[in-house]
Amino acid sequence: MENLFIFLTIFTLAMFVGFEIITKVPPTLHTPLMSGSNAISGITLIGAVVAAGAGENILTIILGVLSIIVATINVVGGFLVTNRMLAMFRKKD
Amino acid sequence: MTLQFTIATALSGLIGSVTLTGSFIAYGKLEGFIKDPPRLPGQQAFNILLLLVAIGLGVWLVIDPTAVLAYWGIVLVAAILGVSLVIGIGGADMPVVIALLNSYSGLAACATGFVLNNTVLVITGSLVGASGLILSAIMCRAMNRSLTNVLFGVWVAEDTGPSADEVYGGKVKSSSPEELAMLLDGVGRVVIVPGFGMAVAQAQHAVRELTNLLEARGTEVEFAIHPVAGRMPGHMNVLLAEADIPYEKLKEMDEINPTFEQTDVAIVIGANDVVNPEARTNPSSPIAGMPILDVLHARSVIVVKRSLSPGFAGIPNPLFAADNTVMLFADAKKGMLDLISALKESA
Repeated sequence: MENLFIFLTIFTLAMFVGFEIITKVPPTLHTPLMSGSNAISGITLIGAVVAAGAGENILTIILGVLSIIVATINVVGGFLVTNRMLAMFRKKD
Repeated sequence: MTLQFTIATALSGLIGSVTLTGSFIAYGKLEGFIKDPPRLPGQQAFNILLLLVAIGLGVWLVIDPTAVLAYWGIVLVAAILGVSLVIGIGGADMPVVIALLNSYSGLAACATGFVLNNTVLVITGSLVGASGLILSAIMCRAMNRSLTNVLFGVWVAEDTGPSADEVYGGKVKSSSPEELAMLLDGVGRVVIVPGFGMAVAQAQHAVRELTNLLEARGTEVEFAIHPVAGRMPGHMNVLLAEADIPYEKLKEMDEINPTFEQTDVAIVIGANDVVNPEARTNPSSPIAGMPILDVLHARSVIVVKRSLSPGFAGIPNPLFAADNTVMLFADAKKGMLDLISALKESA
């Protein structure tokens, strides 16, 4: 139960940090911001690795491997697209 | 099996599944292979019912953590909920929905963190969740609508507004690129207002060319970006940045609105509801109170649009019939290219 309280605290604090960071992003950059945060949500990769590695039964392994593949596509593709978008906003000299 | 584990498992199944199917539908709608179906009368009740069933299955899972069937039930019901929630959402509300789905994906990751006792997942998940929620809230404010209002697609009954014939009847002035080139001759300041029409026609490069041409003739050009123009948050900014239009020229609504008084010509390219003065003047209009770009304060307004068809709000736009407005009926790209060649010839 103690664990749960630690996690809830982290959750709440992270929400505040998120709020503070995101409200400072200018609206001009909202599309790259969304693309970036979408790439970050590929962090479920960690969950996928844990699930696949647990080796509970064949179904967990199949689903786990599938999630690793999809989550990796999400992370790599997401950051590539974000980078391409941000490059458009870079100052040209 | 702790309570934390079961509740978090149920939540991550529910949110994750809604996000997955909802995102596929959103993708299909943006790509255009899913058309906006008519909103069914019972859709709202159906969505609430699905949510209640999913929550009920969640409670079952919490009471009896060995009930694997309950988990699969949640996933299945949530998958249907994702489809039915997103499919009925109208085109102009898509930016909000995309931001919201993004936020859900973070919350799902966060719930998974609670299942696996993994702090990294909890932290990053809640960061993404917070960012998506803030973006949705910003965009809802820009449309003067509440989040529930967008999700359940409630528009105020609109039988009070004037009909298209009353608004437009004989007052709309159509113009030719040559006349517009004359209008743009020697002006000091031009503000360009891009909308979804520019995105559809991929007209941003033509817009850039027009900008360069006008600037070469000594005209100051700026861009007015409405927060919900387009189909994504910041959609117009990315398109214009893609066409190498400098970042500093893109002005937000609050910054540019006071400057329309000093603007000679406002060029509206494929935008409609975000420049509809009804939002300010008619309190019974469905878009009443929505912040708009005050293009009417400019000396002249050029509207490049394919036809007089209404925007997402489905109401006529008195701007098109205003005394200082001229229409150029063309697809945004073709209109721009015609205007550019007319300007080049007149020079």
